[in-house]
Amino acid sequence: MSTAAAQQTKWWNGGRSPFNASYGKVMMWYFLMSDAFTFGAFLISYATLRFSLNDWVDANHVFNSFPFCGHHNLPLAFVSLMTFILIFSSVTMVLAVHEGHHMNKKGVEKYMIMTILGGIAFLSCQAWEWTHLLTGEHFIINNGVIETLNTTVTHNPWGKYDMTVHHAEIMNALYHTPPDVLQKMVLQSDHTATLESLKGLSVHDLVDKIDLGEVSVGVMGPKSFGGYFFEITGFHGFHVFSGVVINIIMYIKTKLGHFEQRGHYEMIEKAGLYWHFVDLVWVFVFLCFYLI
Amino acid sequence: MSEHAVSSPEITFVHEPADNTKRIWRVFWLLSALTIVELTIGLIIYNIHKGENPNETLVLAFKGMVCILTLAKAYYIVSVFMHLGDEIRNLIMTILVPLSLFIWFLTAFLIDGTSWKELRNRYMYHTPTEQTAPPAATEPGAKN
Repeated sequence: MSTAAAQQTKWWNGGRSPFNASYGKVMMWYFLMSDAFTFGAFLISYATLRFSLNDWVDANHVFNSFPFCGHHNLPLAFVSLMTFILIFSSVTMVLAVHEGHHMNKKGVEKYMIMTILGGIAFLSCQAWEWTHLLTGEHFIINNGVIETLNTTVTHNPWGKYDMTVHHAEIMNALYHTPPDVLQKMVLQSDHTATLESLKGLSVHDLVDKIDLGEVSVGVMGPKSFGGYFFEITGFHGFHVFSGVVINIIMYIKTKLGHFEQRGHYEMIEKAGLYWHFVDLVWVFVFLCFYLI
Repeated sequence: MSEHAVSSPEITFVHEPADNTKRIWRVFWLLSALTIVELTIGLIIYNIHKGENPNETLVLAFKGMVCILTLAKAYYIVSVFMHLGDEIRNLIMTILVPLSLFIWFLTAFLIDGTSWKELRNRYMYHTPTEQTAPPAATEPGAKN
């Protein structure tokens, strides 16, 4: 490295950037620093809340589904895929910057396309995850009645509950539960039944058909889980989306030859800084929500 | 060799970009390996919780390891992918020194949260069995 040159140069005497970097690049770094504090504040707020409670949800139970794999229990599998997609798109971004340093227009285009596709893939995965959580119905025992709940910002069906300990309580609740919920419980354990075949049955008949070994009943968990999860992953997803938009603009500008004309690809580098920041935030979101 | 123009007149020297992409791919494999180790530890924690009498200290130790691995990943992403490691010391310092505020930030708030839990557990779940003197007058509007 040119540390000798760096040490001999008078950095603060004016006429040069004391950081040996262009204004745009320095400002991008400072913007990223401010964004880091924003995300850090959200994550630390989440951590503080979790530390103030005795129980929380078990991430390995909440996030155990994979698209096209039905009810199979695959803890952390889908989120691992998302992490690898984002890491890989980060690599293609660095490669694009590398090609830019060598003024290789075709190389930059190729790697920018791959980065954009990676970003879109990540967003699609996140959309699936959200949809799955928001539409997934879970049976909850609440006030002696069993009802169905989705994971939303107001409801959290992932509370701790030991079904074998509370067996009598559940059996009692089943007889007070409205038939449509009972029908759903039957359908979950008995895959040959259909909604039509269960329509006319009495509460007693439906309760007999439910296999409590297959259907699980829980309680409501800490209410703030949904709000924190959707807000933080949503804010991150918004950054991914805006990053994809910026990358598309960078790709178009590259294709039109703007950077070729300018003589340098520093704009790609700045977009790269933003994209890597998005990946970095994901690494921490992944840590806080899924691993610990 | 690169023949690109310097992006702005304020730049004193441009350090030569690497010829090959070896470093980039090496860091990619390193990040992937760190991620796989983290996921393995995550699954170990999952299995500990599934067993009888989960050893909470062991789980905490594993979570600590995972945090350290994540910090290692963050270091490689910032230093190599974002090229902060290639910039001059002045710039690196203006980024790292303010971010070290996070150390205080995280510690203070986790201690705060734990304190909330302790107080809640100690005072909120008792059924009052004896007469307790009303709390001494504090600032108006202060909640118990």
